[in-house]
Amino acid sequence: MSGEMKLTPGASGPLPLGLPKHNRRPAVVRSATAGKIWSAGAVLLKMLGLAVFAFLLFGPLANLALWSVAERWYAPFKLPVSYGLRYWEVVFRPTGDAMSSLATSVGIACLTVVVALAVSVPAGYALARLKLPWRTALMILFLLPQAFPSVAIYINVARVFYSIGLTGTITGVVLVHAAHGLVYSVWIAAAAFAAVDKDLELAARNIGASPLRTFFTITLPLAAPGIMASAIFVFLESLDEFTGTFFVGVPQVTTLPLLLYNASMGGNYQIASITALILLVPSVLFMIVIERFLKADVLSKVGQ
Amino acid sequence: MDNNVLPAIDVDRLEVSYGSQQVLHGVSLSVAPGEFIAILGSSGCGKTTLLRTIAGFQKAAGGAIRLFGRDVVNVPPEKRGMAMMFQSYALWPHMTVLGNVGYGLKLRGVPKSEIHKRVASILKMLNLSGLENRKVTNLSGGQRQRVALGRALAIEPEILLLDEPLSNLDAKVRIQLRSEIKSLQARLGFTAIHVTHDREEAMTMADRIVVMDAGHIVQVGPPKDVYDRPNSPFVASFMGAENTIDLEVHSSGQDVEIRTRDGLSTPFVGQIPMGSLTAYFRDDAASLHDPDARVAGSIILPGTITQRTYPGGHYRYVVAIGDRHFTVTDDEYHALERPVGLRLPVASLHLFPSDHPQGGIHA
Repeated sequence: MSGEMKLTPGASGPLPLGLPKHNRRPAVVRSATAGKIWSAGAVLLKMLGLAVFAFLLFGPLANLALWSVAERWYAPFKLPVSYGLRYWEVVFRPTGDAMSSLATSVGIACLTVVVALAVSVPAGYALARLKLPWRTALMILFLLPQAFPSVAIYINVARVFYSIGLTGTITGVVLVHAAHGLVYSVWIAAAAFAAVDKDLELAARNIGASPLRTFFTITLPLAAPGIMASAIFVFLESLDEFTGTFFVGVPQVTTLPLLLYNASMGGNYQIASITALILLVPSVLFMIVIERFLKADVLSKVGQ
Repeated sequence: MDNNVLPAIDVDRLEVSYGSQQVLHGVSLSVAPGEFIAILGSSGCGKTTLLRTIAGFQKAAGGAIRLFGRDVVNVPPEKRGMAMMFQSYALWPHMTVLGNVGYGLKLRGVPKSEIHKRVASILKMLNLSGLENRKVTNLSGGQRQRVALGRALAIEPEILLLDEPLSNLDAKVRIQLRSEIKSLQARLGFTAIHVTHDREEAMTMADRIVVMDAGHIVQVGPPKDVYDRPNSPFVASFMGAENTIDLEVHSSGQDVEIRTRDGLSTPFVGQIPMGSLTAYFRDDAASLHDPDARVAGSIILPGTITQRTYPGGHYRYVVAIGDRHFTVTDDEYHALERPVGLRLPVASLHLFPSDHPQGGIHA
């Protein structure tokens, strides 16, 4: 996920390369040869830096793309021996594991969003508007699931869930994902509500709207873009989540990341690569959407 | 005020605190139906708090607010039946002009076609015809505040509260809206409370002016009374009498003798308080004469002109007398550094005992 976000600086790379041409002129005036060597060295260094950056960014992605279309690829060959879309056909076959785990993944992600919003909308409103005595402590409470090593937490969660019969169920996995997603959704929802000007609510109350009516006709619609953004974060986090699903859901619940893990553990890099590419699609799509929803005035209120 | 008519708003010993800090110290104010009141004061004096407490946005710590005899101190804002205009317009950006103006009617269950009709007539009244489906974010400041006025008037409130609604607007639009609000008030007959820090705005719009300072009402009265007869140094300087001079008044035989700190003495015949006084006067109360002129009933102080500006219509001078500087307006052109006599007609001075708390400097 984080890799995609860095695409933009990479794309604007050629721009800095043009700059040394302008910088060269004053150097030429002072000492022609020294200036030339200096600027050539600078250009070379910049190109080298850019190449390393591009390799780190695109190398794994290129490898992934290659593997998804490689039918045969083994040592000592640097490139696949034969190309083809046979494995794509395997993945997209209606009876295949990939399609059913994609459906499971999306279903769990949607349920997770519902659960997370059910908590984060009231909690975010309360944190933004009411004078709560332990406000900071409450905000930090929602951060806690991120603070501890996740494996340790999930092992214990799995134990508790096992004793109440939640292991291996969709409900169990959704609860684990929602607890994880609340970090984003509560903080962003609180910021979104805080960004709504209080006078806008008072203006509605003033001409006769009850507090509840004001919330649903004024506050919520105005906070909606921020809450949408938080929902997308929760959705993507759920789609990507591995550790919790592994400890709580296995073996009955198989999501895409689990399928990917199984495939790559079994040496089936083609299936793993194609699954990874499928997982990439919603991330990239939603990143574009989020960028439109999350406005600066909301972001500036995160954590306040 | 007629005793048989219940006041539209009766604020009775109202106290408001933010935490441990008391903002309003027992404010009492009675507003007759159809009256236009302007609350004037510098920032932090509690005028906005008073308005917001009347609206119900702020809890009162003590006292009562009665609207036509009904105590509303514990009634939530939506049940108080008033409307407010905000400095920030407070229009809902996710709604059109129609949505904003019609919101209050929709709440009251008015059918859609009726809302359309009534919003159209309100927009016509405010010269906004045909803007129903515009986004409010696409309107100019003046148009936005007109929409906010329309939204407030749509519910036909008996009381309109105005929280500095004109202070974000251009000077020209502001003056235009001032007279529009005033004429609508005359036509529709609602009671209005207008909070402002703009003296001229308060004077031109209000039937009565309420001057507030540090959580107290310091003077209430018609604009001319408050302007001509301020009851304290604070009100005097707030109403624009920012020049001050210390005077000593003694009786000498039949007459009185007014002596300045520089030892200049002027005989005077008439009613005047005795003892150490501080005189407050507006720059248009004084005028420029020859240094050795004698005018009955006026103090003439010799000084020199140090600055001259032309704000339009008349000149404004700064006159230095000793180490003090006074601003004076005069119709005539005078050269700089010219010795002049600053004439202060005693009748137009606001005189207060010198031990009275000083009035500050106000915008």
